[in-house]
Amino acid sequence: MLSRVADRIFWMSRQMERAENMARILGVTSNLVLLDTGELQEQNLLAPLSITETEATYRERHDKLTLPALIEFMALDEKNPSSIYSCLKWARENGHAVRWLITSEMWETLNATWLEMRAIPRSRVTGAGATEFFDWVKDRSHLFRGVTYGTIVRGEAFNFSRLGTFLERADNTARILDVKYHILLPSVEDVGGALDYYQWAALLRSVSAFETYRQLYRDQIFPIKVAQLLILERRMPRSLAACFDQVKEAMDRIRGQSDQPAKRLAYELHARLSYADIEEVFQGGLHEFLAAVLSDIGELGSRIQRAYLGEV
Amino acid sequence: MKGRHYDEMHGADGVVRAHFRALAAWLAETPAERVAEKRREADLLFHRVGITFAVYGDDAGAERLIPFDTIPRVIPKAEWDQLAKGVRQRVSALNRFLHDIYHEQDILNAGVIPAEQVLTNDAYQVSMLGLELPNQVYSHVAGIDLVRHEDGSYYVLEDNLRTPSGVSYMLENRKMMMRLFPELFARQHVHPVEHYPGLLLETLRAVAPSRARDPVVAVLTPGQYNSAYFEHAFLAQQMGVELVEGMDLFVKDGFVHMRTTSGPQRLDVIYRRVDDAFLDPLAFRQDSLLGVPGLLSVYRAGNVALANALGTGVADDKSTYPYVPEMIRFYLGEEPLLQNVPTWLCKRSQDLELVLDRLPDLVVKEVQGSGGYGMLIGPAAKKNEIEAFRARIKANPTNYIAQPTLSLSTCPTFVERGLAPRHVDLRPYVLSGKEVKLVPGGLTRVALTEGSLVVNSSQGGGTKDTWVVD
Repeated sequence: MLSRVADRIFWMSRQMERAENMARILGVTSNLVLLDTGELQEQNLLAPLSITETEATYRERHDKLTLPALIEFMALDEKNPSSIYSCLKWARENGHAVRWLITSEMWETLNATWLEMRAIPRSRVTGAGATEFFDWVKDRSHLFRGVTYGTIVRGEAFNFSRLGTFLERADNTARILDVKYHILLPSVEDVGGALDYYQWAALLRSVSAFETYRQLYRDQIFPIKVAQLLILERRMPRSLAACFDQVKEAMDRIRGQSDQPAKRLAYELHARLSYADIEEVFQGGLHEFLAAVLSDIGELGSRIQRAYLGEV
Repeated sequence: MKGRHYDEMHGADGVVRAHFRALAAWLAETPAERVAEKRREADLLFHRVGITFAVYGDDAGAERLIPFDTIPRVIPKAEWDQLAKGVRQRVSALNRFLHDIYHEQDILNAGVIPAEQVLTNDAYQVSMLGLELPNQVYSHVAGIDLVRHEDGSYYVLEDNLRTPSGVSYMLENRKMMMRLFPELFARQHVHPVEHYPGLLLETLRAVAPSRARDPVVAVLTPGQYNSAYFEHAFLAQQMGVELVEGMDLFVKDGFVHMRTTSGPQRLDVIYRRVDDAFLDPLAFRQDSLLGVPGLLSVYRAGNVALANALGTGVADDKSTYPYVPEMIRFYLGEEPLLQNVPTWLCKRSQDLELVLDRLPDLVVKEVQGSGGYGMLIGPAAKKNEIEAFRARIKANPTNYIAQPTLSLSTCPTFVERGLAPRHVDLRPYVLSGKEVKLVPGGLTRVALTEGSLVVNSSQGGGTKDTWVVD
């Protein structure tokens, strides 16, 4: 497959997945902000900016940190490259460049999503219609992934689409966890307090894992089990381990030339997440573990770019 | 509309011609509402599939369609066979001409065509001199524009030997007609055109460098913002080959390679839809981002084939056109089967005088113009337009040719108030590889404005399906 084409497909899939993750993060943030009053408010509002490393850009554009302004920035701001608006726009743009190679259903999904995005009144998104909007973004992402899985030829286009999707998802899950890791650390006070419970539940909900937790562990919510579920539980499709099962599968199928560095790192990450023990992770430091994974995911992205997709 | 014209559907007595009868019967018995509904369906489908031609801007979603008319233009098989013979003869001679002017130049030496007409032409490529091409073919894909005069005979209006476009509409129009009106195809045998992409691939593979046992073919496009991008993508997809842009290709060790996810892959044949000047920034326009640096050197070494070849424009220039019948006689020793429109070259002083004298009756065109731009249609022009054009011709006579205004034939077409006659032309696509081939049909363009003779899509023209029937 042409490198340029693979690049477009890889990024098209990443951008759709990123839009979904932005919607998830914003959805949970909205809930937390509505539930909380007081000192955690600022922290909750800051989390999405920390996760996407866009606090500085936000501050340039807005004086105050408020929920409507945050949503405006992260959902609708066309100058913010990680906003939902930008992600959907670039997913469509990339899809347009390879229309002849993806299925018409895929293209129509991307195109319709973009046209609908442009037609949505901004005031609804930052106001009463926020939750509805986040659900719509998730729906469109589910639809696109489903249409892709259900229609595209099993070949390099499919492989690079899967690779993009799951690398992006792993990146997002790791970022969400890293920003919130402190709430999972054992603390003397507040153990089992209502506040913690809401934080843990929100974290689980942001990756559609609240019911999964109950179903798999049939237990009260313990922070270490939350970490287990989101990092190492391969049955949970948004966990790091599950994402890397998919990344590895895609890398197995991709036929490259001088792609040893990329494959080596992908398989190493896969092995690390497959065989890690959550107790040991906590002993070594949860933040340190997540930071290392995140940095390796970034490096893997660059190596994939070099090995298959051409110079940036 | 001035003067008489040939009606494709009805004879002089108003009776429907034999080859249009099945269609006329179907039209008579099908409720107008159903036809209208199907036309709306066609519009929707074209939009959804994205068969669009207009430039795709950032604010898209607003891509324009070429209007599609659901009434086909019908040609009887016997008539088509004559036409096909004529365009094959013409394209063969034009390819012989191109080979000749880049080699021995017999036709110039014989004085049949003035040497300066060829050698000083902007499209003449010195870099093609002495280069041997497989099968001696230069214009592998040619589009010959035909019009029908009031006496019913066909005339060649112009030859398109560079990168003629529109064949995707021929194919999509047929697909659309079969989808909308399957019952029409049950009534009479319409000769198929669907095998065109297969023939094109066969043609391209036939011109591959001889060392390539299983030649790799690609379509080279200027990119997704080009107005014909849909067609480039469509043809690549239909042939099952890669659609590449300049940046996907590079030259190394004397060959052209594609950058792929599994490393460089050698490319043998490039069906290029990029103009000569943009193909190689090292050889031609240095500012071109659409080409491949070093491509010309690989081409000259015979390690990659280009279709069409470089430098074909010298043969489809409007000032070369008047000499085509002579070329046919010179190279093939045959009489031309298709007629040329009488043409005056304004660079000849006696022609210029005559042209300036009769401007209100003539069509004047720029020598290098295309797409219906930069032309004067005398009978339809206002006095001040004619005078403005007169000044332009006088200032640069070499740049203009003139022809009598032809009365293009008409074909029934859906307009707002129902069926009405509209002027049409016809562009068959001719493929030259080991042999010269064409599918039975072509692109019929229709001028949707009453009385208009301009069929170009850039000027509000539409298209029709073209049927060759037994």
